[in-house]
Amino acid sequence: MGNSQSISIGFVGSGGAGALTAGNLLLEAASAAGWQGLLTRTVGPQIRGGEAAALLRLASHPVECMPEQFDVLIGIDWLNAHRFGAEIKIGHDSLLIGDPRGGAVPPHIAEAGAREVQIPMKDMAKAIPDGRANMIALGIACRLVRLERETCLALLEKRLSDKGEAAIKASQAGLIAGYDAAQDLDLSLRLAAPKRATRKWLVSGNDATALGAIRGGIRFAAAYPITPATEILEWLAPNLPKVGGVLLQAEDELAAINMIIGASYGGTPSLTATSGPGLSLMIESLGLATAAEIPIVVVDVMRGGPSTGIPTKSEQADLNIAVYGCHGDAPHLVVAPQSIGDCLFTTQWAVYLAEALQTPAIVLSDQFIGQARAAIEKPADVAFIGQRSRATDISAAGAYKRYAIAGSGVSPMVVPGTSGGQYTADGLTHTERGIPTSGASDHQAQLDKRRDKLVRFAYGDHWATLEGSGDLAVVTWGSLTGAVREAIGRAAQDGVEVSLIAPRLLFPAQPERFAAAIAGKSRLLVVEQSHGAQFYRYLRAHYDLPGRVDVLNRPGPMPIGVSEIHRAIMERRA
Amino acid sequence: MSTAHERLACKPADYKSDIKPIWCPGCGDYHVLMSFTRAFAELGLPPEQIVVVSGIGCSSRIPAYTNCYGFHGVHGRSLALAAGLKVTRPDLTVVVASGDGDGYSIGGNHFLHACRRNVDMTYVVMDNRIYGMTKGQPSPTTEPEFDTALSPGGTGLRPFHPLVVALASGANFVARCFSGEPNETAAVLAEAIRHPGFSFVEILSPCVTFRPDERDWKSQVHQAPVGATSDPAKAARRIMTDDGFNIGILYRGDRRPYQPAVVQRHVELSELEKEFEL
Ligand SMILES: Cc1ncc(C[n+]2csc(CCOP(=O)(O)OP(=O)(O)O)c2C)c(N)n1
Ligand code: SF4
Ligand SMILES: [Mg+2]
Repeated sequence: MGNSQSISIGFVGSGGAGALTAGNLLLEAASAAGWQGLLTRTVGPQIRGGEAAALLRLASHPVECMPEQFDVLIGIDWLNAHRFGAEIKIGHDSLLIGDPRGGAVPPHIAEAGAREVQIPMKDMAKAIPDGRANMIALGIACRLVRLERETCLALLEKRLSDKGEAAIKASQAGLIAGYDAAQDLDLSLRLAAPKRATRKWLVSGNDATALGAIRGGIRFAAAYPITPATEILEWLAPNLPKVGGVLLQAEDELAAINMIIGASYGGTPSLTATSGPGLSLMIESLGLATAAEIPIVVVDVMRGGPSTGIPTKSEQADLNIAVYGCHGDAPHLVVAPQSIGDCLFTTQWAVYLAEALQTPAIVLSDQFIGQARAAIEKPADVAFIGQRSRATDISAAGAYKRYAIAGSGVSPMVVPGTSGGQYTADGLTHTERGIPTSGASDHQAQLDKRRDKLVRFAYGDHWATLEGSGDLAVVTWGSLTGAVREAIGRAAQDGVEVSLIAPRLLFPAQPERFAAAIAGKSRLLVVEQSHGAQFYRYLRAHYDLPGRVDVLNRPGPMPIGVSEIHRAIMERRA
Repeated sequence: MSTAHERLACKPADYKSDIKPIWCPGCGDYHVLMSFTRAFAELGLPPEQIVVVSGIGCSSRIPAYTNCYGFHGVHGRSLALAAGLKVTRPDLTVVVASGDGDGYSIGGNHFLHACRRNVDMTYVVMDNRIYGMTKGQPSPTTEPEFDTALSPGGTGLRPFHPLVVALASGANFVARCFSGEPNETAAVLAEAIRHPGFSFVEILSPCVTFRPDERDWKSQVHQAPVGATSDPAKAARRIMTDDGFNIGILYRGDRRPYQPAVVQRHVELSELEKEFEL
C-alpha cells in the first residue's frame, strides 16, 4: 500500500502499566526521526492508578487534531479500558494488539471487528530482568511505524540516563523483544518520509503558553492550582526566577488576580493561569483592572463546565464569561490560540496587547491544546514584547493625569517611586486625575476612553487566520482550527473549495475586518465545542452574517472530528 | 521642584492630598488619616516611596486623601494586591488600609494568609464594629446584641477576635490603637512600618453616624499595663482576657519576612527553550 497521510496509535493500560510513558517515548522517537505528531493522554478520575491511555497521531506534516478512529490500539492490558467508552474508537480495518493475559477486549472496541493479534507482552517482559510490558509495547509500535531500531534504543539511553545502566538495559531489551515480535506484523499503512530534517520542538500547549508569557515580558505570576492549567504555573515557578521574575502562590483566585494587579501597578508585567471556576472568581477584579487600566494577562485553559464540570476534558464554553463576564461596560481583550505552537505566539501577543493597551487580556486556551504534547517545527521568534507607555518625567507636582484623555486613549502610566506622579488607582468612576466622581460627564469620558483605545488599536493580520477561498466559509476558533483546516483540505481533494475564518482576537470584535473576510460568501458553517452555541451567538451579536448560517456544535468531551466537519461541509456544498 | 533632601524634612501636611474626604463630621477615620501623615513624617519617607492600598468602605477611602501612591481596589482583596506589589517592588513602603467588614468578613481568608505569608507590609484595620459605608449592618466584630435593620435584636453571634487570629496565623507585629489618640497611634504606626514582616495594627475608629455609642471609647481605652511580648502564646492570652480597650504594641515577633529574591536576569530566553528542543 502507498504512503499514508498519518498513522494513529493508542496505548491502553491500567494504572502503573506505563501506557503514558510508552506514548511519550514513541512521540519523541518519531520526532527524532523527523516526523511531526500529537499526543493526548486520557486518564480516569483517580489521582494515581486507574486506567490510562496515550493516543498518538504521527505524520510528515503538522498534526493539529486527533483522528476519529485509531489505526493501531495496543492494550498492555484491557482491565479498565471500558471506562474510556466512546473516546477511543477503532475501525474494522484497524489492528488490535493484546496480551493473552491482559483480560478481555472491552465490547465497544471488540465490536468494530478489527484484526486482533495476541502478543504475550507480560511474559516477554518477565523473561527480562526488571523488564516491563510497556517497553515491549513500545517496541511493537516502533516496528509498526517503521522507526529505526537504533533511533529508539538511543532515545531510551538518553531518557533513562538518570535511572542507571540496569534500567536502560532492561528497557532496551524490552524494546528489542517487542520490535522483533512485531517483525511479521504487517501494517498496510506507511508514513511518508519526512520532507527534510528541521529543528523540532516537543512541547505541550501549557508549556508553550508559559514560555510565550515570559517571551512577552511577564515577570510576575500568581498561582492557584487548577486542572488543566496547573502546568503553566508549574513551568513558570522554576523558570521565572531565572529571568529575574517572581511567582507567588495565592490562597485562592481572588487573591491571584489581585496579586497580579498589584504587581502590574508597580510596573511588572504580570499573569495568572486558571480554568473556568477560577476565572469565575476573578471576574470582579478583571473589571477593576479594566477600570483602573492595569495591564494583566489571565490564561483560561477551558474545561467542561458549568461548575466543576469535567476538569480533565476540553470544551469551548467559557467564551461568554470571557467576553461578557464583567458587570458594567468593561472592554478588555480576549484572544484564543489555535494550536499548541500558537499557544506560544498568542500568549506572547496577549502580553504585548495588554501592556500596550493597559487593560486585561484573557487568553482562552483549552484542555485539548493545553495538555496535549506535540512534535512541531520550532515556532518562529516574534518581536512582540510588552511595552507600556510610561510617564517618567513629571514636570510639576499635581499636574500628572493618570487617566488623561489623549488621542489614542492610552495615557502614560507612572510607577510608584516616581516623584510627583502620585495618584490613586481606582475602580470607582474617576476623573482624569483619578479622583472618584459620580458625574455623568467623567463617567462617559472614561468609558469612551477605555473603549476607544481598544477600537483604535492596529491589531494587524494576527487578528484571525484566513485561508482558502470559496463561497462557503467555515468559521471556527481556538483549538478546533486544526480539525477544520484538515476537513477543508479533504474537501479540496473532493474538488470543493471552502474558506477558513478563525478569529484569534475575539474581543474587541473587528466588524470591518470580519466583513472583508466574508465578502462574497453566501454561506457560513460555524463549528464550535459548546452546547449553547456561544460562538455562533457571539458572531450574530457582533457581525453582519450572510443569509445562510449553519452551526455544527457539541459540548465536550467528545471532540468534533475531521470527518464530521468534512461531512457537514459536503452537505452544504452548492 | 523639591529635592530628596528637602523632602526628608517633610511635615505631616506634606503627606496630605487636596482631596476633601467624604467622611461624616466627627468620623474616627479623620484622626487615622492624621496618624498616617504624622507617622510618615516621623519616618521621613518620601511620599512617592509609599503606597497605600485599600479595599472598599469608608475606611478604605483613605489612600486618595494622602499624597502617596494609592490603590483603591475591590472589596476585601487589598492584602493580596499589596503582596503582589511588595514582592515585585521591595523598595516601596506598603501600607494597607481596611475596615472590619472589608478585612475580617469578605477579606477574611486573605487576612489569614497575609499573616502567614509575612510579607513586609503594615496592615491597618479601622475597626468601628459596623459596616459604615453600607449604612449600618453588623460586621464580624459587632457585639451580639447590637440591633440593626439587617439583624433585628442583634446577631446573637460572638464577635471575632482579630488580634488573636493574627497571632495564630503568624503576624509578626500586633498592636491596638484608638483613633482619638493620634500621636500615640502615629508612633505605633511608625513602629509597625519599621518592623520587618507583616505588622497588624487594629485602630478602634468610631463610626459616629451608625455607632454613636462609640464616642464613649474615648473614656474606655487605656494603655496596656505591660509592654509588648515576643511570645505569641503570652500575647494571645493577654488579648483574650483583656477588656478589649488595651492600647499599645502587644506583640513583636522576629520571623523573617517573606521576600523571594528578585534577581537580575541571568539567563538568556533561548536557554529556557532548550528543554523543548530535540
Ligand atoms: C463585592 C462587594 N460586596 C458588597 C459591597 C458593598 N460594601 C461596600 S463597603 C461594605 C462594608 C464596609 O465595611 P467596613 O469594611 O467595616 O468599612 P467602613 O465603611 O465601616 O469603614 C460593603 C458591604 C461591595 N462594594 N462590594
Ligand atoms: S458612616 Fe461612619 S465610618 Fe462612614 S464616614 Fe460616617 S462616621 Fe465614618
Ligand atoms: Mg467598619
